[in-house]
Amino acid sequence: MSLASHYAYGVTILLMVAGLFIVIARGNLVKKLVGLAIFQTSVYLLYIAPGKLIGGTAPIVAPGFAVYSNPLPHVLILTAIVVGVATLALGLAIVVRIREAYDTIEEDEILAADQAEDERQR
Amino acid sequence: MRGDLVLRVVAKLFIPFMLLFALYVQFHGELGPGGGFQAGVIIAAAVVLYALIFGLPAARRLVPDRVVESMVAGGVLIYAGVGVAGLLLGGNYLDYFVLDRNPVHGQERGIFWVEAGVAVTVSGVMLKIFYMFAGRGRDPEDV
Amino acid sequence: MAVLVIAIAARRNLFSVVMLAGIYSFLMASVLVALDAVDVAMTEASVGAGISTVLLLAALYLTKGEEAKPIHRPWLPLAVSIVVAAALVYGSLGLPAFSDPAAPIHAHVVPRYLQESLRETGVANVVTAVLASYRGYDTLGETTVVFTAGAGVIALLRLRRRAQQRKDKP
Repeated sequence: MSLASHYAYGVTILLMVAGLFIVIARGNLVKKLVGLAIFQTSVYLLYIAPGKLIGGTAPIVAPGFAVYSNPLPHVLILTAIVVGVATLALGLAIVVRIREAYDTIEEDEILAADQAEDERQR
Repeated sequence: MRGDLVLRVVAKLFIPFMLLFALYVQFHGELGPGGGFQAGVIIAAAVVLYALIFGLPAARRLVPDRVVESMVAGGVLIYAGVGVAGLLLGGNYLDYFVLDRNPVHGQERGIFWVEAGVAVTVSGVMLKIFYMFAGRGRDPEDV
Repeated sequence: MAVLVIAIAARRNLFSVVMLAGIYSFLMASVLVALDAVDVAMTEASVGAGISTVLLLAALYLTKGEEAKPIHRPWLPLAVSIVVAAALVYGSLGLPAFSDPAAPIHAHVVPRYLQESLRETGVANVVTAVLASYRGYDTLGETTVVFTAGAGVIALLRLRRRAQQRKDKP
């Protein structure tokens, strides 16, 4: 086991942690969603990289090729990509509504507005 | 962007090719990369391009809201309908072998219709979401 | 891509963040092609770099903002990220090496898909055959998820229009 054989996992982990950092460290809601999208793409890499066989080809049966890369992760990740964009669209719709309700999309200001509202109601 | 001549001409050249490419991707999904999802997204992207260059009301006239909404639901119905057809013809739900006398042809038929349903729903949803987002900022003037 | 991601985290102008995210999607699609995942690459390019960028730009147009200066120093999130990264690296040491033909992912059901799909379904693209035929239920669920997302967005963003129309009518 050398560094080169696990290089793909290293890249995946770097992207995953970067996405996670953007989600938890940045207050702007749209940027959080972008960080979430980055996190999701790192998971795609996590699934597809182990399926690749060096010397193989894309999993389309054709004469002349004997070794194919694994098609099963491709199927799962295809579904995951489409579901990911669906959730991104829903998240953005919610952000638009938040913006219309609070007039801001910074998480700190929204929390402060909520706390002020609670204080006023008490 | 409505008045810019270069953009209008280039868009008029591009959009038919994009739609043609989407159809190619859809039907060629069995022989090469492609399939329903990619084709649906490319169709939606072509209409989005039209809306960006010629304005949202023109796009709404070209692909009205009713059509888009029926596409959104229709694709899922096509997919489920293939499954029910499998039931009615004597097999299990979503069983493609019974769709034709030759089971392999039945598979191909089933896959064709299923991918078509997927493409219809995906393009409908992407386009509808774009319409909702783009129409929200300036709603009172043009619907 | 690491440089891109760090730039996305650092820049405050949201428009440039969206553009960088689009570039990131294209790079990811190229990496996927290098990994022989052509269907996935086409989907990632069209969906990630196309539709995602359009939706993000539309949302930016509707929410109009720059990112404010962060009040908290990001030490705690940075520490959490490093701890998570270390745990993941420790976990990945047990995973099979890159392009190992003996890895368990290539055993079990995949050889059957690769060998039998052309004969059983008549479709050369194994990914399409698995997606639409062998695992058709999952694709039905996914189509329903896309439909639900569309319905959700309609539900979220529609009410105001009816209220507007009620306001406009005398």
